[in-house]
Amino acid sequence: MKTSNRPLSPHIQVYKMPLSAKLSILHRITGLGLSLGAVVLVFWLFSLAYLSSTAVNLHTFFSSSVGKVILIAWTFAFFYHFCNGIRHLFWDVGKGYEIETVNKSGVFAILVAVVLTAIVWIVGA
Amino acid sequence: MQYRSDIKSVKGLGTAKHGFSHWWMQRLSAVLMIPLGLWFFYSLMSIETISADSVIMWLQQPIQAILMAIWTITVVYHGALGMQVIIEDYVHGKAMALTLLVLIKFAMFAMIVATFFSLLRLVS
Repeated sequence: MKTSNRPLSPHIQVYKMPLSAKLSILHRITGLGLSLGAVVLVFWLFSLAYLSSTAVNLHTFFSSSVGKVILIAWTFAFFYHFCNGIRHLFWDVGKGYEIETVNKSGVFAILVAVVLTAIVWIVGA
Repeated sequence: MQYRSDIKSVKGLGTAKHGFSHWWMQRLSAVLMIPLGLWFFYSLMSIETISADSVIMWLQQPIQAILMAIWTITVVYHGALGMQVIIEDYVHGKAMALTLLVLIKFAMFAMIVATFFSLLRLVS
């Protein structure tokens, strides 16, 4: 099919993305970050079982401020991906497609993710 | 003059006929991770001070080790499914995409095996 002369619209660089588009991108980015987290999770378990000195180093690193920032980012990424994933599951069964509902549930997903992250780091600490 | 129709050049470039299964397993693993994810964070919050000793003590309870195995494997599997979609969307070179897809699968298998061996060592 010859498509080269078709107009490119909406062009990504000049298109003001709606909230749902931004949240969709955030879902991917957090998913990517969490996949890295999965590697660290497995490495953590492996080190606990086989590399005890590495496990201690891992705990020391993640107790440092840099380590904590990474862990908090991972916690937020998890809970955002979690809430937005549940939003996706509702869409999968055909619910919540009205624009108003989509915007509301998007804001709700962010809020719940922030609250859950705060609970883990304030109550858990 | 071209005698081939457009359909000829797009045939075979579509799905590999497993699209539904990918989508479905992604959803199933997602649903499984709803309770397991909450369990994971709740458990870590319940441990007084996180150290190698306290975490090992927690994982030496068989139920906790089993939940950790299911959780970790589901996370790795769901992550691999997601990475596959990202690669398929953004990596356009066929050779590069195929290489990355294979590496993701190998990494997934290696991580699942590592999880099993580690947890078995911890509980035994």
